[in-house]
Amino acid sequence: MRKLVISSLTRAVIVAVIVIFSLPIAMTAQQPTEPKQQEEFVPISQLPAQDQLPAAPLLVTAYAFVWVALFGYVVSVARRLSQVQREIERLDADIKRGTSS
Amino acid sequence: MPKWFMPLAVVTAVMFAASPFFIANADYESTMGLVQKIFYYHLPSAWIFLVSAIVCGIASARFLFGGSPRQDRLAYAAAELTVLFGAIVLVTGPLWARKAWGVWWQWDVRLTSSLMGWMVAWAYLLIRKYGGPGSDKLAAGLALFGMANVPFVYVSVNYWRTIHPATTVVPTLPVDMGLALWFSVACFLLLFVLLLRMRVRLEEQRARLDTLYLSLDEQ
Repeated sequence: MRKLVISSLTRAVIVAVIVIFSLPIAMTAQQPTEPKQQEEFVPISQLPAQDQLPAAPLLVTAYAFVWVALFGYVVSVARRLSQVQREIERLDADIKRGTSS
Repeated sequence: MPKWFMPLAVVTAVMFAASPFFIANADYESTMGLVQKIFYYHLPSAWIFLVSAIVCGIASARFLFGGSPRQDRLAYAAAELTVLFGAIVLVTGPLWARKAWGVWWQWDVRLTSSLMGWMVAWAYLLIRKYGGPGSDKLAAGLALFGMANVPFVYVSVNYWRTIHPATTVVPTLPVDMGLALWFSVACFLLLFVLLLRMRVRLEEQRARLDTLYLSLDEQ
């Protein structure tokens, strides 16, 4: 009976010692690691993927600009042309009225 | 407008609508990836920019030495198109360069001479608009300098150290990249012919308007 008590006491002590000593290790593992101070810059030839400039917005902007510029120019020439055409018609009518009177 | 104008305009519109499919089907370039696809509109507009400057220069020379008002109208129209296509080149180029080179602009020979050609075309238009009497001849002289700049722009990438791709890129293109490029070139060439015709027509109508005003003053 005494032997049993001792052995269970020993076991409890061993567990307590293990827990006490492993606690700081476990706490350290749970804490977020602080970034280390940099003492030198290490060069790389290629940017990591997450830092690279995306190509799609540049591509879309380029094509959109071309389409808008061309369309805008066509509209501008067509408007100027119809404006001149209207003025010619008005003047033609004025001249005809002038010659008939 | 001539009879061929409307059918050609429809064909050009359909071709422009189809061009993105050819461009999307072309392979990606190994070092530049997606952004290299700007090339399929950038290069044709650059060629049309140079062709337009040549048309303006030749028409100006014929106007200076022959005195034909028809050539002057053609030169005026071509100068405006030089500004339009030059603007497209100078906007799409930096958008491509930002990703490919890491900078928007580089003061190398190709880019700087292209900018110069564009500014000469702008100067031509500004002289015509604000120069007063005799500005047509002055502008025609300027257009000759604009035309002289064209071969310099074209060969600059082969003779000077620059990061701009060389002219040898085009003949070495693989089939699907070449197809997309030449299809776009055809689109831009047809559009140039149509726009030039429209713009010349505008100048013809303006000349007619001037004649009408003169005859009204005489009455």
